Amino acid sequence: MGKVHVEVVAQHDKEGRIRPLSLLWEDGRKFPIDRVLDIRQAASLKAGLQGMRYTCRIGGKEVYLFCDEGKWFIEK
Amino acid sequence: MSRTILHVDLNNFYASVECLYRPELRDKPVAVCGDAEARHGIILAKNQIAKLVGIKTGEAIWEAKLKCPGLVTVSANFRKYLQFSRQAREIYADYTDQIESFGIDECWIDVSGSLQLFGSGSDIADTIRKRFREELGITASAGVSWNKIFAKLGSDMQKPDATTVITKENYRDKVWPLPVGELLYVGRSTRQKLQNRGIYTIGDLANRDVHRLRLLLGVWGETLWAFANGLDSAPVRLNGEESLIKSIGNSTTTVRDLVNNTEVKLVFYVLAESVAARLRKHGLKCRTVAISVRNKELYSFERQGKLQIPSFISNNIAEKAMELFTTNYIWDKPIRSLGVRGADLVTANGHIQIDLFEEDNLEPETLEQTIDTIRRRFGHYSVQRCAMLLDRQLTGFNPKEDHTIHPISYFK
Repeated sequence: MGKVHVEVVAQHDKEGRIRPLSLLWEDGRKFPIDRVLDIRQAASLKAGLQGMRYTCRIGGKEVYLFCDEGKWFIEK
Repeated sequence: MSRTILHVDLNNFYASVECLYRPELRDKPVAVCGDAEARHGIILAKNQIAKLVGIKTGEAIWEAKLKCPGLVTVSANFRKYLQFSRQAREIYADYTDQIESFGIDECWIDVSGSLQLFGSGSDIADTIRKRFREELGITASAGVSWNKIFAKLGSDMQKPDATTVITKENYRDKVWPLPVGELLYVGRSTRQKLQNRGIYTIGDLANRDVHRLRLLLGVWGETLWAFANGLDSAPVRLNGEESLIKSIGNSTTTVRDLVNNTEVKLVFYVLAESVAARLRKHGLKCRTVAISVRNKELYSFERQGKLQIPSFISNNIAEKAMELFTTNYIWDKPIRSLGVRGADLVTANGHIQIDLFEEDNLEPETLEQTIDTIRRRFGHYSVQRCAMLLDRQLTGFNPKEDHTIHPISYFK
């Protein structure tokens, strides 16, 4: 239970949309984001935060990536 | 045509937001408090667990800690609350354009026009509650009815996270047994008056002869009677419709209790400057000045008086406030908080009757506008009254900019 602060490389398009491309995990490993499956406003009771939720496919797994006022988090 | 109105009330709003961000607090009693150092140390909101042990909003922190030694107090983060409030409004906006906020955590929304699209009133209320849970992580109570008053009563009936529907068929069973004090605008003194006449429930009020109520409470008697019978027809305002300003006021709880007229005067000048600046900003003048005084026993009263000519000059307002104060206070107790309000507003460029023998207000008006300009360019504290330097502690606040959340009246 909790959240992990992660560093993200993202693409900001002209319309103001944000697409995360890859993330840097705590231990320094870098994971490319294969696909963004869903983007919506959501709260995570598990991590204790609220913001834009990106459902991402990373290495065949679905992961929720949250963006709360410019900071990126993953549920742990 | 009968309307469908929802009243949505975010449950324990401040506390819910804090608990969302700090999962470790969720199973503990939590209270959101003002800043104790600045003497705003009261409970602003509490979560469900704290509610059960009897913590009340408005209590001092130490009182609450006596009741519940394990109480976790967190300080308020208004920026976050305003953000959630705005996001809640964005969700309402998916269903209608008639959204009227009532404070930061309550809204009326009129969905009469979108029933064909989204289903019945209670369906929409349930959808909105579900979206709050998923998208914002907080819960809400909703009341559904055909008028705003019953919708609000409905949202108070079941908490947390529930929808209550009050229809024309069931309102006699659901609303009428409630104590009369639950009704909007029945406060302590009105409730007392009604109880003296044997009116204890909303039903008692609804079944009284309206003329008798009028004799008892004046025009309010009729209004409350209409509320109790579900006859209120006030519309839910359109989103963004600016409400007409009825009065402009500021108040403050001072850093320490005030014990003499000089200190009161200093605080009045700070408040009057802010009120005057806000009047000027809106292009208004006030004809009446009202003050509110609260002593350290938390007993409070309000007095008002008319100005000779409408004014937006801080001197006029402060002098009137001081005059009202000296004639109405006998210094039996030190004072904890003070407020100044300009009411009876007129537009600033309206015509006035000039006094033949007294000087006109033109020069002081130009002076105050110049001060506004200086402050806008160089900051609030760039130019100040000399008197403010007598006590930096008492006067070191800026009510005009320090305030963000204003109280709201139903009759806008």
